[in-house]
Amino acid sequence: MMDSENHTTEEHLHPHPLSSSNDELENLNLHENNEHDSLLSTKSYSNYRSVMSTLSDSHNHPLSSPSFVSSADSDPLLSPPQHYREFTNPNSSDTSSYIDPPSYADAIFTSFDGETSSNGVDTPTRSSSDGIFFSRSSSSSEFLKITVSNPVKEQENSNSIVPGSSSYVTYLITTRTNIPEFGGSEFGVRRRFKDIVTLSDRLSEAYRGFFIPPRPDKSIVESQVMQKQEFVEQRRVALEKYLRRLADHPVIRKSDEFRVFLQVQGKLPLPTTTDVASRVLDGAAKLPKQLMGESLIAPSEVVQPAKGGRDLLRLFKELKQSMSNDWGGSKPLVVEEDKEFLAKKERVHELEQQINSASQQAESLVKAQQDMGETMGELGLAFIKLTKFENEEAVLDSQRVRAADMKGVATAAVKASRLFRELNSQTVKHLDTLHEYLGLMLAVHSAFTDRTSALLTVQTLLSELSSLQSRAEKLEAASSKIFGGDKTRSRKLEELQETIRATEDAKNVAIREYERIKENNRSELERLDRERQADFLNMLKGFVVNQVGYAEKIANVWTKVVEDTSGYAKEST
Amino acid sequence: MNSSQRSSSGASLSPRSPSSSQPFLSVSVSDPVKLGNGVQAYISYRVITKTNFPEYQGPEKIVIRRYSDFVWLRDRLFEKYKGIFIPPIPEKSAVEKFRFSAEFIEMRRQALDVFVNRIASHHELRQSEDLRTFLQAEEETMERLRSHETGIFKKPSDLMQIFKDVQSKVSDVVLGKEKPVEESDAEYEKLKRYIFELENHLAEAQKHAYRLVKRHRELGQSLSDFGKAVKLLGASEGNALGKAFSELGMKSEILSVKLQKEAQELLMSFEEPLKDYVRAVQSIKATIAERANAFRRQCELAETMKLKEINLDKLMLIRSDKVAEAEREYHELKAESEQATKTFETIVKLMNEEIGRFQEQKTLDMGIAFHEFAKGQARLANGIADAWRSLLPKLEACSSSQ
Repeated sequence: MMDSENHTTEEHLHPHPLSSSNDELENLNLHENNEHDSLLSTKSYSNYRSVMSTLSDSHNHPLSSPSFVSSADSDPLLSPPQHYREFTNPNSSDTSSYIDPPSYADAIFTSFDGETSSNGVDTPTRSSSDGIFFSRSSSSSEFLKITVSNPVKEQENSNSIVPGSSSYVTYLITTRTNIPEFGGSEFGVRRRFKDIVTLSDRLSEAYRGFFIPPRPDKSIVESQVMQKQEFVEQRRVALEKYLRRLADHPVIRKSDEFRVFLQVQGKLPLPTTTDVASRVLDGAAKLPKQLMGESLIAPSEVVQPAKGGRDLLRLFKELKQSMSNDWGGSKPLVVEEDKEFLAKKERVHELEQQINSASQQAESLVKAQQDMGETMGELGLAFIKLTKFENEEAVLDSQRVRAADMKGVATAAVKASRLFRELNSQTVKHLDTLHEYLGLMLAVHSAFTDRTSALLTVQTLLSELSSLQSRAEKLEAASSKIFGGDKTRSRKLEELQETIRATEDAKNVAIREYERIKENNRSELERLDRERQADFLNMLKGFVVNQVGYAEKIANVWTKVVEDTSGYAKEST
Repeated sequence: MNSSQRSSSGASLSPRSPSSSQPFLSVSVSDPVKLGNGVQAYISYRVITKTNFPEYQGPEKIVIRRYSDFVWLRDRLFEKYKGIFIPPIPEKSAVEKFRFSAEFIEMRRQALDVFVNRIASHHELRQSEDLRTFLQAEEETMERLRSHETGIFKKPSDLMQIFKDVQSKVSDVVLGKEKPVEESDAEYEKLKRYIFELENHLAEAQKHAYRLVKRHRELGQSLSDFGKAVKLLGASEGNALGKAFSELGMKSEILSVKLQKEAQELLMSFEEPLKDYVRAVQSIKATIAERANAFRRQCELAETMKLKEINLDKLMLIRSDKVAEAEREYHELKAESEQATKTFETIVKLMNEEIGRFQEQKTLDMGIAFHEFAKGQARLANGIADAWRSLLPKLEACSSSQ
């Protein structure tokens, strides 16, 4: 099963310095609990993105048994745990998830939160990062819950006899929803990563101007890496996140592409991305027709951004246009005049920088907390060894007394270390919002690019139109001088006017498209602002509540030691 | 009477003067002052003695001493009082000396103060003439004494270097012996093993304690950086959320300061006592080496004496004219041998007493250190909780206005 395999992979990949002494630790009677073995086996959190993935497949984090809870838990902030785990009603507008401070009971839950158990089966506890998406859901009672699980290696059928036939991994994608368009409440399909790429490409074509969440990266490494369980697991987590983000987007969640991806069994019925070369071969015949206004090409195709082989000519024309926009003396016919948009764009850019820097500092904060916890644990362990030693070798009572004092400190240090670790895994989840938004910035850039290229298309068509029209004028002027008309000329004129009409149509479509994209940009920016406010606020609350809760717990641990050693308090200060 | 007097600040201190008319000797080391330039720079300390001992020049005396004077005192005591665990002094630390940071100076001052006070509290050591010299002599006298200090085993640490492992063959090679002559006392063997193992355990604990100090500093630094970044983000956001971010950033910076402070506290009140413990154990190892030395000497002399006795008898039998000389030599040797035995037995007796005293002292010292450590951690954690908690109402206000 994935679980146990993950154990070994992780422990192998992240050896912990204390693991050798863990056996010792197990035998010691820290009176509260005996679950020490994996307690102190941490994974190195060199960067917390990897933390996120390791968290989700963390094995049984042996938390304290309930007896651990300090009975005098008079924490005024404690209130009964709520919704994090409420899946059935993910739209509880209850954004108070982060106000609840971690009591030990909560703490047990929250650290289990990180484990979408590695086969992806959803535990009732969900990570708080998902909490963002759920609390923010649309005002209706719709929900769309996606799970990615069960990675399976499959072979390319055609190559079964050929040695080293390519294999790939498929994932089970299960959806639970009550959205009527899906015509079903629970279903699952198998998809491979290539399908995700296809979905992503189709979405970015169809939803230009929207902030479409970026898909997980392709991996450039060879298939050997694909075999590694850790990689597969990381990818599974990334895919799940991606699909959930898509499900969260108010427009995309309703899209045909998305629905088809989630629902249609067997091969994914979306056109796959074709590469430039094949398109060139394919579309060589159609080359001249693009942008020449021939009615054989539907105007709507014109509005798709130029790409690939068959659009080579168009690409060339648009490049020429954009160059003349930039350097040419002639002013482009349509200019990005929306000052408000430009100002917003500037703001977004600035925001991105701040988020980036905050997210970097968040990473180093997490690392520092992590280190603190580790060193505290090592200190505790060293004192435990000392205690044991003194007890075994004790000849005098003073040694026994000292051993007892030391044990108190050691126990406290180990507890504090554990608390730091929990604190940190929560911190990671909360501050991950910053990372999420950085990812979103990519989507924003992409949407702005859509707008720019749509504008470029419009401008290209406008100047094309204008040059066609002046040619027509010239032709008219020339032929009117010849009495009776010139047959070739008039034929040419007719053709030209035909072209002009087609180009006119294309221009209109392009302008409509551009306006549509502009509107998408605008509404998305509004949505971004709204949601970002909510998400960031939640992040801050979660972070702060978390810090308070754990700081209180740690204070309690040490206060007990202070009391126990109060006999040694200095008379003079 | 083992009271460990620790003065807790570097400011001008006076030792306590008990009101009773019992004999008392009270010392303080204070007011570190940097003197000299560049490579020659050093720190001088004010040493104030308050006493009613008749041997002393008066009820109060103030002298100026530097680190090497303390070293001199320690070496002299080590030479004279074999068997007693001489209190340790802080390491020489060639590197830190050049930087002379305020924290380093304060830690050294504290350690030297503890050192002198332990000597002054030790029922035997406090009678030492060298101590009197140290506490009273003029600076020029001290300088002369300091520079005259010679001897093969000037520093106990040199001794320790050679006898690092009392059971190791290296010591034999140095002494030119094939097989070491060892005591066969089982309990003493146990003690030796205990001491050596204890040092390892303590060194590890101290290492982690030092790292913990570093972690505090690192966490403080990253909180400060985080705070700054968050504040900028807040400025970008504007409105209520932006303010919330700014407040968070500010709290972060406040906590960063708390952490740096606590790091220093941790260093002084927890890591330093642990280091002191390690030094004390090393001092015991030096005494163990001395005892081994004394034992060896006793055995050697006993051997030689036996040989001489045999020789003497032989000479007496043949009525040689060398008998008188041989007899004289024999008696000299006998006296030396008896002295060596007495020295050895004194060491054994003293060590037995010292061990008990040492264990009690350490339980007390560590008890205090643990208490301070726990206090510091609790203080820090409470400070962190308070700072963050104060943000919650503001965050609440933000969300209700959403």
